[in-house]
Formats: sequence, structure tokens, C-alpha cells
Amino acid sequence: MSAELPVQAPAQAVPFLPMIRTLGLVSLISGFAVTLAYQWTKPYVDENQRVTTERAVRAVLPTATVQKAFVLRDDGVAPATADSPAEDVVYVGFDAAGRIVGIAARGAARGYADLVHVMFSYDPACECINALKVTKMNETPGLGDAVLKDPDFKRNFDALDARVSTDGTALANRIVTVKHGTKREAWQIDAISGSTVTSKAIGRGLNQSAQRLVPRIRRHLAALESAGR
Amino acid sequence: MGLVNKEEPLTLDTFVRGIWRENPVFVTLLGMCPTLAVTNSAINAISMGLATVFVLLCSNVLVSMLRKAIPKQVRIAAYIVVIASFVTVVDYAIQAISLEVYEALGAFIQLIVVNCIILGRAEAYASRQTVLNTAVNSVGTGIGFTLALLCLGVVREVLGAGTLFGMRILPEQFQPWVLMLLPAGGFFVLAGWLLLIDWMNIRRERRALERQGATVHGH
Repeated sequence: MSAELPVQAPAQAVPFLPMIRTLGLVSLISGFAVTLAYQWTKPYVDENQRVTTERAVRAVLPTATVQKAFVLRDDGVAPATADSPAEDVVYVGFDAAGRIVGIAARGAARGYADLVHVMFSYDPACECINALKVTKMNETPGLGDAVLKDPDFKRNFDALDARVSTDGTALANRIVTVKHGTKREAWQIDAISGSTVTSKAIGRGLNQSAQRLVPRIRRHLAALESAGR
Repeated sequence: MGLVNKEEPLTLDTFVRGIWRENPVFVTLLGMCPTLAVTNSAINAISMGLATVFVLLCSNVLVSMLRKAIPKQVRIAAYIVVIASFVTVVDYAIQAISLEVYEALGAFIQLIVVNCIILGRAEAYASRQTVLNTAVNSVGTGIGFTLALLCLGVVREVLGAGTLFGMRILPEQFQPWVLMLLPAGGFFVLAGWLLLIDWMNIRRERRALERQGATVHGH
């Protein structure tokens, strides 16, 4: 007497070709939609970025009547293009007579929550940073965002020392943020008590950008001045 | 959210249920990540809500159109590709409209891809219903989500900054409750709304029971 074995249902065949066909079709529609959206929005996105940058430059160079963007390299100056590396780009502000009123540049360093982005202006006459605007940050409301409003903190950037060393390769003094109430030197930034991390991020961002760009600005100042004429 | 297996007739309820009875935030507690993260102002809440409506509508309509062609073994992969495409489209569109809003919403635009409201609607509704039903239901659910975000955003912005849509509505003397703009504020306000909605539901049920009792005694 043989035991009756349960009859197993045949395994359902996986529809290989329909799967490939469907995923292919979905990917095709997806690629088409994404490409179309990119092409359609690109001019608007570029324009928004241009306007945002122009506004930030105007905030730190209010007396400039003309703004021109240049890329600064060790070996020379060239007009900036969309592909120029952002860390090498400066925005030169000229007055109506074609004289340089200031040179704006970007800086960024990590704060408490994310990168703190700034735009600052360098005045070649006083060899100092004389304006600063925080362009983007995501710091804690009520703590880190004090850097946007605190008048004492803003006074740090009335004439922050950014002289170049005698060999012309770096700043003579590193820009540093110091504990609130301990600022002694013109290249120091007095932190806000309670917003120390964000204050230090601004100092680091400024220092990194100024160490890279200010010596090149000094080296190519004549070329930049002639570009305004 | 209800799993509807058979094709249902198009009724007003197809649209309205996502706004109230099956509100994704206040009833089914889905999509909590953007709900808590981007509702620190009313404009952010509306922007995130509208972006989600667009992705919900477009991706679910496409899923519904392809529902008979998508083999079940690859359906999740196909849904994710469809949703990711429309999220990318909306990402470009927001950058084109306003960089400020784009930066305020941050990574949460891209994270719409994994918003369980959208994938949930695709799996539970769009893959089983006609295109028209899906479109109507998606818009209703999207509006429900947007209204919920707006409820949180308005309270948080008014108490946290004294403004509404960036305009000052509380006097200068008002000391803003900064906590409301922080993540903890999102939890507090959400809890407040959930309490209020639960209280309203309980009161409505109690009244219905009382009316029922009165009818029985009346006979």
C-alpha cells in the first residue's frame, strides 16, 4: 500500500519578457519627462541664480554701479563663465567713473546644522573686509540666527584686517573668531555668546576664502582695474 | 487608508475621503517626515503640499494607466521609478519658480520619493482603479495633506515668529515662542491638532448615539 503524496501545484512561470518590457517602458517615460523638465526649466533656474547672486553682491557693494564677475587664477584673470569654479570667482564693483569700489567673494564653512554661506566685500584701499552678508544657512532659530541681526557682531566687518603677508602668498594674519569680549586685534571676530558655533563658521569661511583670493586680488589688481575702463 | 480591490464608482466620497475621513496626516499618520520638518512656516507648508499634490497626481495617474501592463513582480520598482521621475520634475520646477523656497525645503523635496502617502496610494488605489477615479482620489488626498501641513505651518509661524506668510500679524511686543520653529514645536503642534480632531470625532459619535437613543425611546 503506497502513501498518497500531496499534489504540488506547478510553480507559476515568471513573465520575464513582460517584466523587462514594462520596466523599459517606464524608464523611457521617466527619462523623457526628466530631460524635458531639465531643458524647460534650465533658463529660469540660471536666471534665478544670477538674480540671487547679483542681489547678494549689491548688498555688500551698495555703491557699485557696475558688477563684473572674474575668475582669479594664480597666472591671471579671466571673465567668469557658468563653468568657472565658484571658489575662484570674484565680483568686482565699479563706480560710474570705472574705479573699483570693492571686490565681493563667497565663503562657506560648516556651522551647527549645515554649511553657512557668506558673501563679503574686500576693499583694496584699506586692505580690509568691509561688509558681510549671510546668504544661506540653516542654523537654529533663536540661537545661530543671531548672526543675522546682532549689531555688535555686524560691526566686526566694518574694517576687518585682511592684509597680505610680505611674500604675497597668504594673509598676514589669519582671520579668527574669538570668544565674546576677548577681541584685541583687527583681524579677530568677536563671537556672539550663544551663537559661538555659527560665529566660528563665519570666521572659518571668511578665512578660507580670503586666504585663497585676497593674495590673487593683490597680484592682479591692475588687471581688474583696467577691466572697468 | 482603505485598500480598494474592485473598481469603485466615482462619487463625491472618492474625492472627499482623503481630505477628512482618511486624511493622511491627521487620521492615518502617514508622511510624518515632511509634516514635522518643513512646517515651520506657512509658505513652506503650502509649497511642500503643492509639490506633493503634483507628484501624487501625476505618478498615480501613470500607475493607473499602466496598471494592466505592470507585472506584480516588478510593480514596486516601476512605481518608484515613476514617482522619482515626477519628483525630479517638481525639483526643477521649484528651482525655476523660487530659489528661496527651494533652499527652505532643502532635501525634503527629493525625499518625496519615499513619502509613504504616494507609494501607499499607488499600491492600494491607483493599481486597482480607473484613471479618472485615481486622479480624483489623488487630488483629494493631496489637498488633505496640504491642508494638514498648512494647519501646522500657520500655528508654528504665528507663535514662533509672530508672522503669517512673512507678514507681521502679532504686535512687536510679542516675544516669539522660538520653540515652535524647532523640531519639538512640530511635535507639540501636531499633538494639539490630533487632540482637537479626536475630540471632535468623539463628540460627533456621542451625538449620533444620543440621537439614535432618542429615536428608539421615541418609538
